Amino acid sequence: MKRFLGFVKKEFLHIFRDYRTLFILFGIPVAQILIFGFAVSNDIRNAGVAILDLSHDEITLKLTDKIISSGFFKKTETLLNYKDIDRVFKKGKTKAVIIFENDFGKKLISEGKASLSIIADGSEPNTATLVTNYTTAIVNDFTTELAGPVLNNSIRISPDVKMFYNPNLKSHFMFVPGVVTLILILISALMTSVTITREKEFGTMEVLLVSPLRPIQIILGKVMPYFILSFINVLLILALSWLVFDLPVKGSLILLLAECMLYILMSLSLGILISTVSGNMQQAIFISLIGLMLPTVLLSGFIFPIENMPKIYDYVSSILPPRYFIVIIKNIMIKGTGLMYIWKETLILIIMTLVFIGLSVRKFKIRLE
Amino acid sequence: MLKAVESSGISKKFGPTIALDNISFSVNESEIFGFIGPDGAGKTTLFRIITTLLLPDEGEMSVLGMDSTTDYKELRKNIGYMPGRFSLYQDLSVEENLNFFATVFGTTVEENYELISDIYSHIEPFKKRLAGKLSGGMKQKLALSCALIHKPRLLILDEPTTGVDAVSRSEFWDMLGKLRKYNITIIVSTPYMDEAIRCDRVALIQNGEILSIDTPQNIKAGFSRKLFTVKSAEKYKLIKTLRKNPEILTAYPFGDSIHVTLNNNTLDNSLYEYLVREGIGDAVIMEAEAGIEDRFLELMEKDNGITNKA
Repeated sequence: MKRFLGFVKKEFLHIFRDYRTLFILFGIPVAQILIFGFAVSNDIRNAGVAILDLSHDEITLKLTDKIISSGFFKKTETLLNYKDIDRVFKKGKTKAVIIFENDFGKKLISEGKASLSIIADGSEPNTATLVTNYTTAIVNDFTTELAGPVLNNSIRISPDVKMFYNPNLKSHFMFVPGVVTLILILISALMTSVTITREKEFGTMEVLLVSPLRPIQIILGKVMPYFILSFINVLLILALSWLVFDLPVKGSLILLLAECMLYILMSLSLGILISTVSGNMQQAIFISLIGLMLPTVLLSGFIFPIENMPKIYDYVSSILPPRYFIVIIKNIMIKGTGLMYIWKETLILIIMTLVFIGLSVRKFKIRLE
Repeated sequence: MLKAVESSGISKKFGPTIALDNISFSVNESEIFGFIGPDGAGKTTLFRIITTLLLPDEGEMSVLGMDSTTDYKELRKNIGYMPGRFSLYQDLSVEENLNFFATVFGTTVEENYELISDIYSHIEPFKKRLAGKLSGGMKQKLALSCALIHKPRLLILDEPTTGVDAVSRSEFWDMLGKLRKYNITIIVSTPYMDEAIRCDRVALIQNGEILSIDTPQNIKAGFSRKLFTVKSAEKYKLIKTLRKNPEILTAYPFGDSIHVTLNNNTLDNSLYEYLVREGIGDAVIMEAEAGIEDRFLELMEKDNGITNKA
């Protein structure tokens, strides 16, 4: 036991003496959360729209007003004719142009029908879709208001859409769990694989092997410090997302932390496994970054829903641990569900952890090659 | 006498290269045993087999009465190993390195301080300094301290003095000499022939084969011919001229002179006259006592079956 503690102490000394490691460990998670939270946002706020009002009556003015005052849009320009549309898009500030046809208000009242065009800048498909959806929603809302007194004789069904768990469809709800998932596996796997391959590269592994330290002691000694530090990381990220993005943990905090510990342990054992198959630090970094980051971002369901993927990707993603953790963390943080609903995913993570640890201990070389 | 290491017929291949070929030797308890040979001779591979880090392809290796392949766990507690490359933690201080290795081997620095005090006292003033910032000589002393801290019964040093200045090298060997009184067996390798003389026995190793094992004195005495040194201001021209002469068996550069052996083994005026004819008038020829390196070169030549005159 004293041997083991001596080893752990040495690992902490390595970490605290190396500012770069500390920066990677704590700087990157904070930066990621803030970048993803603020910059990579799916919400629209103050998107530029230009208005081409060919009718210019009371109703069009009212509707324009409603759109602009919604907070989602900001009027960039008032256009006079169709030729201006291309020009205004080229300037880049305008994401959509809203066109009211001639005699919009008159037609609406006399015929009960009038046309309005939304032309969006398709070079940014995501924004374009959002802008058109938001505008349509506002216009629908407006017609319903207007229709109340005017068209009370016709039957109308108006769907009242509500978003459960995330009423405002805030994108932080998606990104914070995603970033936690990504960061924990990256940092944990990267750090442990690098720290073990470093011993190989500097020749110190040779000395460690010719010592009474057992492989399991070396492995656990490597894992322990990073386990503690990664756990602090989790607390840091959760506190940050709560303070900056007002994202509370709906479910049990203890359950969430326990699941995080499991996930960290899984990532650490994966890191050790990576270190046993890579001969030097570069290889370890390469495998950890390319082998883990891309699949996690693309295939774990973090950004793109797995249901929409071709079946083959679905199979590939089913061997990725982040896929399961993301379900767990979203359930606990956002839906507030208990273990009842996520025991399957938890079990898969436990099995993965055991397999990784088992493989690493078996593959750990007690001699040089 | 008890044997610390007994090796019989050890062979090791790395792919097509034969690193060790049928190596047999034995090391007595508490002697200083040296392996002398050029880079790539197989010294490091052999040491890794002794320290249980590598498995031999063939042969048996008994270390401290234990089998190096099966009893590796027990054996590792009793071996102190200093690899050829500086293998301590460069980002830990002198003190931290020493404490770490003491803890790993289940002991404390205080417990065995006496053993290392001679060596460690040289670097103790710098104990707060990071190991990576030490000079070459100090690094070696720290590495030796770390290898000794658990009072091993067998100390294995792989080229401990390579890349260390002459004064530190000499000091280092003085320290090894002082360790005799603790009954520690020391196996050491070196490419420097002048260090061989400080071992009790040495093995000359070349291309994975042991050429000879004996005391340094006997190895020197084994030199079979008379040896002469030839000096001249124009050393390069001298050696070329000497090697052209069919009367000369071997001619090797040694520091500022050339060591020469002759086919008929007797020196007369003809060599001097030959050199004058070839335009070297300032040559000084003397008979000399053979060193270990001379014997080593002689053995190597026999082993290779070639002479450098060809």
